[in-house]
Amino acid sequence: MAEYQNLFTQVQAVGPANLGVPLGPGHGPRTGTDLPQVHLFGRIGMPQVGPIYLGSLGVASLIFGIAAFNIIGFNMLAQVNWDIVQFVRQLFWLSLEPPPPEYGLSLPPLNQGGWWLMAGGFLTASILLWWLRMYTRARALGMGTHVAWAFAAAIWLFLVLGFIRPLLMGSWSEAVPFGIFPHLDWTAAFSIRYGNLFYNPFHALSIAFLYGATMLFAMHGATILAVSRFGGERELEQISDRGTASERAALFWRWTMGFNATAESIHRWAWWFAVLCPLTGGIGILLTGTVVDNWYLWAMKHGVAPPYPPVFPPAVDPATLLQGVK
Amino acid sequence: MRALLHTALAALLTATTLLAGCERPPVDTVQRGYRGTGMELVYNPRTALAVAEANQAPAAPEDASPDGPKARDIYKNVPLLGHLSVGEFTRQMVAITAWISPVEGCNYCHVPENLADDGKYTKVVARRMIQMTQHVNADWKAHVAETGVTCYTCHRGKAVPENVWFVPAPPRANANFIGDKAGQNTPLKTVGLSSLPNDPFGPYLLGAQTIGVGGATALPSDHVASIVQTEQTYGLMMHLSNSLGVNCTYCHNTRNFKEWDGTPPQRTTAWHGIRMARDLNNEYIVPLTKNFPSSRLGPAGDVAKINCATCHQGVYKPLYGAPMAKAFPALQSVALRTVSAPLPPPISEAQRSVLYFGIDTPVLEGEQAKGLDQLVASMIADKNAKVRISGYHSATGDLAHNEELAKQRAFTVRDAMLAAGVPESQVILDKPAQTAANVAGEDPTARRVEVVIEK
Repeated sequence: MAEYQNLFTQVQAVGPANLGVPLGPGHGPRTGTDLPQVHLFGRIGMPQVGPIYLGSLGVASLIFGIAAFNIIGFNMLAQVNWDIVQFVRQLFWLSLEPPPPEYGLSLPPLNQGGWWLMAGGFLTASILLWWLRMYTRARALGMGTHVAWAFAAAIWLFLVLGFIRPLLMGSWSEAVPFGIFPHLDWTAAFSIRYGNLFYNPFHALSIAFLYGATMLFAMHGATILAVSRFGGERELEQISDRGTASERAALFWRWTMGFNATAESIHRWAWWFAVLCPLTGGIGILLTGTVVDNWYLWAMKHGVAPPYPPVFPPAVDPATLLQGVK
Repeated sequence: MRALLHTALAALLTATTLLAGCERPPVDTVQRGYRGTGMELVYNPRTALAVAEANQAPAAPEDASPDGPKARDIYKNVPLLGHLSVGEFTRQMVAITAWISPVEGCNYCHVPENLADDGKYTKVVARRMIQMTQHVNADWKAHVAETGVTCYTCHRGKAVPENVWFVPAPPRANANFIGDKAGQNTPLKTVGLSSLPNDPFGPYLLGAQTIGVGGATALPSDHVASIVQTEQTYGLMMHLSNSLGVNCTYCHNTRNFKEWDGTPPQRTTAWHGIRMARDLNNEYIVPLTKNFPSSRLGPAGDVAKINCATCHQGVYKPLYGAPMAKAFPALQSVALRTVSAPLPPPISEAQRSVLYFGIDTPVLEGEQAKGLDQLVASMIADKNAKVRISGYHSATGDLAHNEELAKQRAFTVRDAMLAAGVPESQVILDKPAQTAANVAGEDPTARRVEVVIEK
């Protein structure tokens, strides 16, 4: 008897290529019919690779994406004087930086943020085209467009960080650099500059949805794996006949917490938590600097953060101390 | 099975590599703020022990008799320490040799044939450094308190202190089309191997760029500080943290870096320390650039400069606050009070006049006195004009004395007006509300009287 009880699926369905459902009129054929089956892929999912539907949107998206990727990569390579070894060694430190503050929203020289603007523009185009592709492919299959709208939530955060907020602040320098450690340093500096993002309620909401989404995912994944011995992961069968697997899963949660989500609503829970994470996060970023300059002082002003009893003797900024006397 | 083993091995290797830079637990934490606010100092007892051993002050040599002939009567060319007795002078010189060039000995600075000769650059530098030490001990008590500093605080037996900084080399000349790093993203020790801007010193310890980048009000105001500027401040703070072997909460509260309310008193000390390093670099170190041979200069041709690590060397107080300087009174006081800079010309505008004073005097001299005459003449010409007079002082010396001095300076201007016949009702003495004055030492622009003319 095959088992589904390991992290890596041990069952591999091997047979003639599955080309999927027939497409309606106006849709070109998919790329490739002689599809490879990769054993290693089969260990973590479906062994069959493809068919991939690239289409004109996919091709355009890839062209812009590769352009952005190359601009960033070659800038990093130039930063280490075209030394491949140093490129690999310093990769996590390297970055394509946005223009310095003095340029505001004006067009900077190529080497002082011009490349960054270009890479950002290409990357945005690539991502938006990819979004359209997700939307049209879902429609072509007669599906809902939930995946596209979830992706749009992430794109919202991306655009707020790199485009909308810098526009409102009047400076490209407010945007995030393209680099591993540099974008983390940007995050820390952003919080320091604007008075500790910890006190930004939308940041708090975003974190709640982030952790909530991971928790829901864990609960759902665990539930389905736990009833897979009763065929719980075979959704088709569960839909036509809500068998003992779904019954047991639902009863488990009613036993343990008094309430259970349904097989359908659990996916709505998870989808909304995941989508609200970047949506609220994006709002929090958008308000920072544009509407609120110091989140700590804002939170103190509105009673969000409590004052604490003094422990140290009162300190004042020495720069404001009196030096003159009548 | 073999694939699984390979995966496990690869994961183990990755984990080991990632953790190689970390210190092993456990660490000690010390609570120092209100409970639950995370105001904790974190120490690794294993590394702290090694740092403690490396930061012990040497024993002071035996006291020398202050009696006997003065050094200036016996030796030539001893402008700074000539007031000491020969015994004290020799004791001080021997100590300096042990602190700075224990191996090379006296001849590291002196020409053996003639000890009075200023031929070696090291002797010229050493003399200026003695003046700097005296300046620190006399004028920067806000940072060094009564503990003070000696040459050993920085040198520790080395001719060049171990922790100094240079301006980074300018970027490659051909990097004008692609590959500009914007002055950051290089893993350097100075910024804790982070990708922060790689010159965290120039803007703050030479220049006077604003360090407090956080918003001063809840809602946006005219306060502008870019993310780049914030990262520069961040780099400087990483340096402070590394230099003192402390975490952020040694000086800041955990809730907001900018907020002074609820911050430990150490932050005020550090605030003065940053300004001290800036003052020393600009007034003492950089002017010596021309004295050094090119082999001692940095990649950009600049002299080795001071930062926090120069003295602190990983410890919250250099040498754990050992009061070494007490045993060397010659390093405590400024022997020769130098007038650092000439006074700026008096300002005479339609609405405002500013007159500048010499050190420790309420009397106006030279062109400043002429500026006062002019002001008085304009007051007599305009019968409707009213003046508000405010006196100021510089930071050197005793505060009570300085406050009296500032008052006397204001009186000087008022008395000149009354004597010339300006009615008393038109002359108002005004205590200034807030001023951004200098914080230590002499600043000619601080010793002033400001006159606001209202018509």
